[in-house]
Amino acid sequence: MYRNLFAFIAGGIFGAGLLVSGMTNTDKVQGWLDVFGDWDPTLAFVLGGAIIPMAIAWQFANRRARSALGTDLPGKPDPRLGHNLVIGSVLFGAGWGIVGLCPGPAIASISYGGLGGLVFLIAMLAGMLAAPPVRKGIDRMAAA
Amino acid sequence: MIETDWILGLAGGLMIGVAAAVFLLVNGRIMGASGLIGGLADRSGWGNAGERVAFLAGLVAVPAVMVLLVPAFTGTDTNITGNFAAIIAGGLLVGLGTRLANGCTSGHGVCGISRFSLRGIVATVFYLLAGGISVVLLKHLLGVI
Repeated sequence: MYRNLFAFIAGGIFGAGLLVSGMTNTDKVQGWLDVFGDWDPTLAFVLGGAIIPMAIAWQFANRRARSALGTDLPGKPDPRLGHNLVIGSVLFGAGWGIVGLCPGPAIASISYGGLGGLVFLIAMLAGMLAAPPVRKGIDRMAAA
Repeated sequence: MIETDWILGLAGGLMIGVAAAVFLLVNGRIMGASGLIGGLADRSGWGNAGERVAFLAGLVAVPAVMVLLVPAFTGTDTNITGNFAAIIAGGLLVGLGTRLANGCTSGHGVCGISRFSLRGIVATVFYLLAGGISVVLLKHLLGVI
């Protein structure tokens, strides 16, 4: 019950932050990525602003055994990089550039993103469902 | 020169960070948008489906209400392209890529970099580079977006 309530609150603050910061505006995101055009630095302020409270939160989390609701906290970050991390991030970045939406803003803007936003979200879910077999194929090629 | 958009970006960014902090310290979870929805899509995260659905409900509902009721945000437009081939290609790549990489801008970017995770930093470098190349290539060289 409390887990769902606080998940809803966290999701709500995340959504409000994405809207306020302008990150559901594809022009601003593509403006940030367009280093040879009319470059828009807003995204740096968003990412910088988001990292500050989260860096403090990690300091608290690292000194505790459990979350406030008694659930396990995430373990230490995995030091292994691996080909899927790099290949996946390159594919994600390419798609992010084409449309200017990443998963959070794509979900947050669904009520005002029109048909284009809906089609993007459906395509994104389809891409997610394709990931497990593609991952298997990449692993097989990497092992060969 | 400081522009209003930068201040809004910083304010919104702080809210995103507070949301991630709440999700970590209260729920014990990393706030990654692609993982939260992806685990529902492929059933790998059905063990805590309620928490995921609640998070996504807040993520959709709060901006929806703000755009409807808060004068500063009424009429907000995503300015998404009208090119549906681009939308479908972009969506497929974002979905596939974030699941292969196990994270996106929120999980690797916000939550990973803030704890100096090597995976988060490497992922962010590669998706920023690929995003920049993609925009420069498609906009300036090919003129399709």
